[in-house]
Amino acid sequence: MSQVIARADADALPDITTERGERAVFCGLTSIIWLHRRIQDAFFLVVGSRTCAHLLQSAAGVMIFAEPRFATAILGERDLAGMADCHEELDRVVSELLARRPDIRRLFLVGSCPSEVIKLDLANAAARLQGVHENRLRISAFSGSGIETTFTQGEDQCLASMVPDLPVLSEGSQRLMVVGTLADIVEEQFRRHFAQLGITEVDFFPAARADDLPPVGPGTRVLLAQPYLSDTVTALTKRGAKLVSAPYPLGVEGTLGWFEAAASEWGHHAEAVQEALAIPVARAQKSLARVRESLEGRSVHFLPDSQLEIPLARFLRDECGMSLTEVATPYLDQTLMADELRRLGSGVSLVEGSDLDSALARVREHRPDLTVCGMGIANPLEAEGFRTKWSIELIFTPIQGFDQVADLAGLFARPLVRERQLEVGSWS
Amino acid sequence: MELTLWTYEGPPHVGAIRIAASMRDVHLVLHAPQGDTYADLLFTMIEREGRRPPVTWTTFQARDLGGSTAEMVIQTLQGACDRYQPQVLLVAESCTGELIQDQPGALAKGAGLSAPVIPIEMAAYTRKENWGASETFYQLVRGLLAARAPKPGEERSARPADQPASVNLIGPTKLGFRCRDDVTEIRRLLESMGVRVNVVAPLDATPHDLLRIPDADANVNLAPEVGDLTCDWLKRQFKQPIISTVPLGWGATRDFIAEVIETLALDIDPESVGESRLPWYSRSVDSTYLTGKRVFIFADGTHALAAARMARDEMGFEVVGLGTYSRERARDVRALATEYGLEALITDDYLAVERAVTELQPELVLGTQMERHIAKRLGLPCAVISTPAHVQDYPARYSPQMGFEGSNVIFDTWVHPLIMGLEEHLLTMFRDDFEFNDGAVPSHLGGEGGGAQQPDNVTPMIPAEPGAVAWAVSAEKELRKIPFFVRGKARRNTEHFALEQGLSVIDVETLYEAKAHYSR
Repeated sequence: MSQVIARADADALPDITTERGERAVFCGLTSIIWLHRRIQDAFFLVVGSRTCAHLLQSAAGVMIFAEPRFATAILGERDLAGMADCHEELDRVVSELLARRPDIRRLFLVGSCPSEVIKLDLANAAARLQGVHENRLRISAFSGSGIETTFTQGEDQCLASMVPDLPVLSEGSQRLMVVGTLADIVEEQFRRHFAQLGITEVDFFPAARADDLPPVGPGTRVLLAQPYLSDTVTALTKRGAKLVSAPYPLGVEGTLGWFEAAASEWGHHAEAVQEALAIPVARAQKSLARVRESLEGRSVHFLPDSQLEIPLARFLRDECGMSLTEVATPYLDQTLMADELRRLGSGVSLVEGSDLDSALARVREHRPDLTVCGMGIANPLEAEGFRTKWSIELIFTPIQGFDQVADLAGLFARPLVRERQLEVGSWS
Repeated sequence: MELTLWTYEGPPHVGAIRIAASMRDVHLVLHAPQGDTYADLLFTMIEREGRRPPVTWTTFQARDLGGSTAEMVIQTLQGACDRYQPQVLLVAESCTGELIQDQPGALAKGAGLSAPVIPIEMAAYTRKENWGASETFYQLVRGLLAARAPKPGEERSARPADQPASVNLIGPTKLGFRCRDDVTEIRRLLESMGVRVNVVAPLDATPHDLLRIPDADANVNLAPEVGDLTCDWLKRQFKQPIISTVPLGWGATRDFIAEVIETLALDIDPESVGESRLPWYSRSVDSTYLTGKRVFIFADGTHALAAARMARDEMGFEVVGLGTYSRERARDVRALATEYGLEALITDDYLAVERAVTELQPELVLGTQMERHIAKRLGLPCAVISTPAHVQDYPARYSPQMGFEGSNVIFDTWVHPLIMGLEEHLLTMFRDDFEFNDGAVPSHLGGEGGGAQQPDNVTPMIPAEPGAVAWAVSAEKELRKIPFFVRGKARRNTEHFALEQGLSVIDVETLYEAKAHYSR
């Protein structure tokens, strides 16, 4: 089921193959797991089936049992057969929820596969409910359904749904908007670095509080912290914002390139950025050198999962000395990946999409030292003798920025170090 | 539409996957959207399976819905047959698959596949995981065996005298609670009685093994949530009696042995079969402090019923709450609860269970992964006795729940989270001890179980009832002298007492009046 698509500028870019077939990826609902921790006064109400509720608790594991700020309104046969009016039912469920959680400042109605298939209009429902609860909180809708979104794309849909609520940036001013969920500690580091570069007009989106909405307008420069935000970028662009083409802040080179791209919008030259950030860069290089020993000369294979595959592959090859047997990604947005694809260059096998059994056959053929994959596949590959890294851990860990470079490399080094250390029988 | 935070059971197609994943040489094709493959990780992560569940998914997306998803189903079916060459191919849909009405079962029947096809109707919007497992196993057994059933009126041929009696173990599955070890334990027990285990199913069975089910003298219904339907059908069609006592607990294991002897007409002394340490451990003086400990039980039907009996009759606890999320078992659980003077909690609403635990302030919670989290929030000791369970409840060690060794394991598991006898007394006497106080964790627990959080500091998810009585400062101070592990109960009791007496303020006297009122 695969075909090689010839690209006009093929000599500078990776060889891109598209594949269709079985896809072993999460749906966009999974994004709720980190979004609800990031936006601390938001609640995510999935309108879906028992499968949706089960996915969320299975994928989330123990972490969020303590204080869930998400729930599922499970559609029953009465709703599907038209015996109950879905919108009345939804109103009832939302009232129930808000009575129980008076602290919520923003409610997201999250569409799922079943709600999409029965064409339940949640945007309409959100607008109606907004009228009912006007002074109490903001309500909007987005889709996290598997038929429309893959894993991290749920965050894209969520952020895009908030864009209409962003205030207008006053004319004549220029502000930087860093878009995509980041760990608190990374956000603080980035703010310090921007200050060192003399850029203080910086907003992070999403913010920890739902009401902290950054302004947007023609003076907005959008710098993506995460590579999966296509629809959010489109929505921001429609409001006049300009996307800054940059690599993603993974690894020393990626992070430096990211700051350089932002700074050039403020008229700073690359040399000035390198000088201003010399200390964190040197510190990152020093700490990376130790971890690099475990990775250098080893091969890594990416199965499609989180959309982080391309920048991570670039980091592991260029800064950790690994070779790439294959880099697969669920979908490829050439605009958002433009800078990364240039850095990756030709000679890399890049696969867009997935056909699970063929993909696994290629892992067995290439026998990489490390395979980055989804959680459901990791143990079966381990049992076959392959060392793996589950990609969801890369989403739940602070990995961006200079001071996390060694931690990021460490995530990949750990399975290899463990293999050398354990004396409990053979893996393969 | 039903508001759900956590769900005790997955959707029915997860039950179907449990059957396929438990067996060998069976493959399941699921018509389901992208994302539903998360179910693989239940097996590969929670149960640490070294193989992917034998499931191929169509993983359709929006762009496929414009074209022919039926074509996609047929391609997927053919691909799965070619690659895996199963003895039997199961075909089902997830909830979204059901909505687009491609009828993959009918498509599979007409596709000229190399493997025999058994379609399963999942009823995703009315049913749940255990029903899905039960239905899938039943359809599989019926599909394979219906043609072999004896004609009406035909008698079952008697077992030849030189053959040992034999039974099938019906019901254990992947992602069941300790099924792997329970099968080992019960097989050992039966073999010690001279009874041969003919087929264990679905766990580790092939479709060919299922064809041998009628050879056994009886079926042991080891996991009724999964096995009931199949055992009943086998009884009707093949005249195989059902051994229905689930050997969970010391007494139940003895009843099980008696039922096996009676059903198979064995000539052995039940007293000579196996032995357990539970009776002595429970009677030894160290266990005196277990007497009357107030326990709350919530689990699947089978484990809730068994735990209630063990708690009262074998541990000497007081059962203060009993419930289940298995609606199929509601009648049995209600009946037992009535016998214990309780009203059963039959619900799959996690919040209702949390309210009940908060209200009852038990000294030990026996439940599922959900109750573990409720107990953690409330600072109560807890042991997990049933699915849904997490990765730590699929232990590396041999850890059965059934049979005599199972009752030993359960004794240890339930006692472990409690504060030991003398430690409890010392905590009561010297509550201000700087390293042995409310904030300090019981010495043997190291951060797990009870005591690590003070109930007083936990914000309950449910706001306090309006019109609650007020506490005088002196009484509040006195309350704090009561050890943390019974303080929640003392607070509740005193407030109830004050309300009953029509008091608006609780003082120190009220506190001690209430203590006298509730003392056992």
